[in-house]
Amino acid sequence: MKTHILVVLMQDHPGVLNRAVSMFRRRGYNIASLAVGHTETAGVSRMTVVVESDHVEQVVKQLYRLVEVLKVSDVTDDPTVEREMALVKLHVPSQQRAEIVALAEVFGAKIVDVSVTAMVIEMTGGPAKVDNFIDMVRPFGIKEMMRTGRIAMVRGARGHSGADLVDTGWQNDVAGAASAAAQ
Amino acid sequence: MSDKRTGAQILCEALIQNGVDTMFGLPGGAIMPFYHAMWEYRSELRHILCRHEQGAGHAAEGFARSTGRIGVCIGTSGPGTTNLVTPIADAWMDSTPMLAICGQVSSAVLGKDAFQETDITGITMPITKHNYLIKRVEDIAYAVKEAIFIATTGRPGPVLIDITKDALQASIVPDYSKKIFLPGYRPTYQGSKKQVKAALDLMLQSKKPVMMIGNGVMMANASDEVMAFAERYQIPVITTLHGLGAFPQDHPLSLGMPGMHGWVHANRAIQESDFLLNIGGRFDDRVTGKASTFAPNASIVHVDIDPSEIGKNIEVDVPIVGDAKLVLLSLLEEEPEEAKVTQFHQVAADWLVYVRELQAKHQHKQQYLNRPDTSVMMPHDVYAVLTKEMNERGNYRVVTDVGQHQMWAAQLLDWYRPRTHITSGGAGTMGFAMPAALGVAVAHPEDTVWVVCGDGGFQMTNQEMIVVVQENIKNIKIAIINNGFLGMVRQWQELFEGKRYSGTPLTSPNFQKLAEAYGWTGITVESGDQIEAAVQQAYATDGPVLIDFRVEREVNVFPMVPQNKSIGEMITE
Ligand SMILES: Cc1ncc(C[n+]2csc(CCOP(=O)(O)OP(=O)(O)O)c2C)c(N)n1
Ligand SMILES: [Mg+2]
Repeated sequence: MKTHILVVLMQDHPGVLNRAVSMFRRRGYNIASLAVGHTETAGVSRMTVVVESDHVEQVVKQLYRLVEVLKVSDVTDDPTVEREMALVKLHVPSQQRAEIVALAEVFGAKIVDVSVTAMVIEMTGGPAKVDNFIDMVRPFGIKEMMRTGRIAMVRGARGHSGADLVDTGWQNDVAGAASAAAQ
Repeated sequence: MSDKRTGAQILCEALIQNGVDTMFGLPGGAIMPFYHAMWEYRSELRHILCRHEQGAGHAAEGFARSTGRIGVCIGTSGPGTTNLVTPIADAWMDSTPMLAICGQVSSAVLGKDAFQETDITGITMPITKHNYLIKRVEDIAYAVKEAIFIATTGRPGPVLIDITKDALQASIVPDYSKKIFLPGYRPTYQGSKKQVKAALDLMLQSKKPVMMIGNGVMMANASDEVMAFAERYQIPVITTLHGLGAFPQDHPLSLGMPGMHGWVHANRAIQESDFLLNIGGRFDDRVTGKASTFAPNASIVHVDIDPSEIGKNIEVDVPIVGDAKLVLLSLLEEEPEEAKVTQFHQVAADWLVYVRELQAKHQHKQQYLNRPDTSVMMPHDVYAVLTKEMNERGNYRVVTDVGQHQMWAAQLLDWYRPRTHITSGGAGTMGFAMPAALGVAVAHPEDTVWVVCGDGGFQMTNQEMIVVVQENIKNIKIAIINNGFLGMVRQWQELFEGKRYSGTPLTSPNFQKLAEAYGWTGITVESGDQIEAAVQQAYATDGPVLIDFRVEREVNVFPMVPQNKSIGEMITE
């Protein structure tokens, strides 16, 4: 199955994440990674979801059926900046410290905590790079690890701002829609 | 001060402002403030007390489907709202505009497992078009406006509003003026001109065209446009279960129903067609059979207001997102070369002759009777009399339940007018018919509303019969096709499971006496020669009548496409 990266802008209402995730579950779409947060526009949150599907158009259309979903973009084939973060706690006896520090430097990872026998490293990067880093430090003994979902942004000036989508001057054409429906 | 209203009063006023005049429900603790307020508005807001919230929900559906207007149902928190879940799911599957108003425990105890607290917004999230948990009195007026707007526009569907008791009780000066603001909800009504043109070009190149119409045509009130288009191009019209009545079945271009229990010639026409125009149908598996084998030679145009329906079950060549009526009007505006049209008429006429030959060979209604001997009363005999008597009097609407009797009704009764055939299609909810008929009868006091029901499904919701009496409704007649079985399941057991009748034989109460206990007229019919007199008596009686037709027990619905087979492979006996 093909992996797709979807950027979803939604109204920042209580329950909206629940609606989206519940739709994925009941339709059997497989979420590989999910990240949600605020955006530059008040009232709009942004979800990056990595989904495995051979029918991504259906996933997109089903997302659009949710009343609070403003825009869905499949950015899989666009040039994007993608980031994940991992926090890794390693078992590190003092004699190996230097080796780890060197490795972290090569990957651009940050050492955020050091104690007598352990270290916490923050690794941020594209998913492949984070995978790679974890493979490299695994032999030292990972005591604990966690990873965030992926976030993605299209390169260049074009983008996915919520601002034009919640133009507050805009209102549904109630009369028009109702008369079209009633005809 | 005097301009202040309680949340419950605001709810009433907002409902009235948004066109509601009838509601079906049942009160309880959390929703009591609404009932308290309703009293003042009772001349504008009729409340019909049902005996079970499921009944209220189906009644709202019957009201909505027979009118196109919003159907409103009400339940109190906890069990009152969980009882609404089945009709909400039914409305969701059949795209019925419905508003469910639910009482909720006070916001102070919300989330604490308070008495009769149920997370109804969580439960109904996957089966509503949208839902709301309202905890502030300030939000009530707008939520009602937005909810009804969402439920009735685009692809209609159920919307639920859950309101905490304290929000109903609190008072403010209401503001009804807030404009609807839904930046993520902008249904497409006009079909793309380019696609419309492409569809027509494709059609005019075809030699074996068919048009299939579904629920979308009904909801867009597009029957006249279907007729105009079919006649302009002389294309045969197939009507799905929910399309029955949207195109008169006695029209020379009408082919009737397709699918699992559709007619052989309608299915064969689809399978042999080289062009299929589906307007407002969702290619349900009961229509398509095994999807990969459906209409193998046809170029397919799919018109639907919901983009997610297009390409979901069947790959299409030309998708058109839009309202059935407006797309048909665009199709009618196109002016292809007359020579092309004339040529197309000729080809289509030859094709229709061929399909009619198929029909003559396969559609003998009597052929499907597998009649053991003529002295027994077959279900078909009942339908024959009902058809005759209904046609003689006109102005009928039929509400069917789920099972064999439902398929026989679809096959054997006559469908001429839109919104006269009302059934639970997508969800197949047994127990739908009796309460739904209540909603239809309230909305159409001038029509005779027939309930055609099985002995099984009838027993799921027959308590609503007393509501008919309490509300002094006279225009409901019930025909129970009493075969002593959960017949449709028994049929599958007979055909595919070696007659292992596990859990399907059914003992019923004496329905005539039950009817009488409810204050209805009850009639029992045990042989074929009594059918006509019974139906005539039902018509002559100024009040609700139930007829218990004790039909032959083991009769099957044919033709039939076995589950997951191609609709080209029908069994006919
Ligand atoms: C609520 C519900 N439960 C179970 C079913 C499964 N089911 C489909 S048809 C059927 C038999 C219905 O029997 P009856 O109402 O007597 O109608 P008949 O088929 O005999 O005409 C059953 C049990 C259903 N559709 N709905
Ligand atoms: Mg039965």
